[in-house]
Amino acid sequence: MVDVSEELIASLKKKAVTLRKHIIRMTHNAQSGHPGGSMSAADIVTALYFHVLRVDPKNPTWPDRDRFVLSKGHACPVWYAALAERGFFPVDELLTFRKLNSRLQGHPELGTTPGVENAAGAEGQGLSFSVGLALAARMDHKPWRVYCILGDGEQDVGQTWEAAMSSSKYGLDNLTAFIDRNGIQQEGRTEDIMPLEPLAEKWEAFNWHVLTIDGHDFRQILAAIEEAHRTKGRPTAVISRTVKGKGVSFMENKIKYHGAATSDEELKLALAELDAQEAAI
Amino acid sequence: MESQRSYFGKALIDLGRRNPNVVVVGADTTESIKTIDFGKSFPDRFFQLGIAEPNMISVAAGLAAAGKIAFAATYSVFGSAHTYNVIRQNVAYTNLNVKIFCSHAGLTVGPDGATHQMNEDIALMRGIPRMTVLVPADGPETAKCVDAAAAMKGPVYCRFSRTNVPTVTSAEDDFVIGRARVLRDGSDVTLIGCGLMVARCLEAADALKRAGIQARVINLATAKPLDIAMIDRAARETGGIVTAEEHTVVHGIGAAIASAIAANHPVPIAMVGVQDVFGESGEAEELLRKYGLTAEKIVDGAHDVMKRRDRKR
Repeated sequence: MVDVSEELIASLKKKAVTLRKHIIRMTHNAQSGHPGGSMSAADIVTALYFHVLRVDPKNPTWPDRDRFVLSKGHACPVWYAALAERGFFPVDELLTFRKLNSRLQGHPELGTTPGVENAAGAEGQGLSFSVGLALAARMDHKPWRVYCILGDGEQDVGQTWEAAMSSSKYGLDNLTAFIDRNGIQQEGRTEDIMPLEPLAEKWEAFNWHVLTIDGHDFRQILAAIEEAHRTKGRPTAVISRTVKGKGVSFMENKIKYHGAATSDEELKLALAELDAQEAAI
Repeated sequence: MESQRSYFGKALIDLGRRNPNVVVVGADTTESIKTIDFGKSFPDRFFQLGIAEPNMISVAAGLAAAGKIAFAATYSVFGSAHTYNVIRQNVAYTNLNVKIFCSHAGLTVGPDGATHQMNEDIALMRGIPRMTVLVPADGPETAKCVDAAAAMKGPVYCRFSRTNVPTVTSAEDDFVIGRARVLRDGSDVTLIGCGLMVARCLEAADALKRAGIQARVINLATAKPLDIAMIDRAARETGGIVTAEEHTVVHGIGAAIASAIAANHPVPIAMVGVQDVFGESGEAEELLRKYGLTAEKIVDGAHDVMKRRDRKR
């Protein structure tokens, strides 16, 4: 377990609540988008953007930055929220999400949104893209690292496993993949739609170093990243057990909120819950 | 006659020597498509990714996003159709420097049959925004496509045939993406071909000349963006166009040219190509004959468009 201060954990928790509020407001304002899977990934994204990633909001294309790749592109509200909070673009801009002429597209677009590193939406391409980035870093003897978040629904996609094989073939220890294991995809429970278990064993069989953590526990997230950094010769997969819709009681574990925004009434309730959480930290 | 693949493989090595930023990814076809030699020359810049073309294309995109010029090469059926949405999202939407070079396009793959005879790739790739589509006529032009693709920013799809093709371009010709080239001048009718059909257009022009008809022959090596000015001039000056491609006439270069002339200066057009059918096993020449991709068909097309044009006059 990494030695982290109470202050750090408290500040990350606060930031994660802020991101969740943005997610709720953005998707409510758009009356579309994918809040559930954005909220399940919020703590991992917070840990990365507010403690781990070496990025420069003033110079988003700094060549030596760490790369964050969101393979589950539908969860981009959490990415945009983190980028805005990190200073890549104004927080006010978040409410343009999914609107005409916005830089914040319904799914990530490379080159338009400052800080966005890949295009995603069609599932299962992000890990392969990350492999290309990691190969380039190694080829150029650069220390920057690649972090990719995959959805568990993306474990259905054949290309995910093509990418998994190629990562271990090339021993990409500069690549860390988080699997946001919230257990729900668009039409239902992952184990009903297409059973994934035993998932950790699958990644192990593909010669990855595999960790299973609580994806809402910052100490576990940071410890997993530390361990990934220490692991040589193999990429690390962090199977992160999460709750879809995490942070708002009536959204948690509900299939509906994969791709549905809150109503006006639900918005108030959700923000009130998140405010209470913030106050309790 | 050397294959287009041989020229491709050598040009890639030459480019690799000049530009350390060039990397190559492959998908278990590297020997036949001749990228394996690049791998031997530059083992650190070559990645064999197995029979996993979607992954290959996305890996190339990741390499390009980190500043590399990534060449992804395989057979055209895998490098276009099997990977279509990956190319669309990870390569074209991102506008990255991924250069997809595919051999074994068209009927002339031969005995492998319809599964491998990719007659739809020009249509697929032309439809993607930001994509540049190249169809070199011969080996030397294939080599020039490698350099031109590397020199331009953004995605490129280049397709060529497995079979050996005669050299019809000259070494001194400079190759510019988006510019077609008149190989033979004439004012009675225009024959516009791409790939190995350019040689057949020249044969057809010879036959027409014997009948007293001066055919203009244009090598349309860039299928996108189209050289609209040259096509428009051909329509105005010759009044009839025959297109020839080793590709379906549904949304190939013929259809693209037809829509261009319809918008500018409509003239009769005839399209020589694969007629919305799958191919079959056979030798390259046998297939071209059976499916009507011959100089004779181009000559027939020329007579047909001239007749239709003259009826109107």
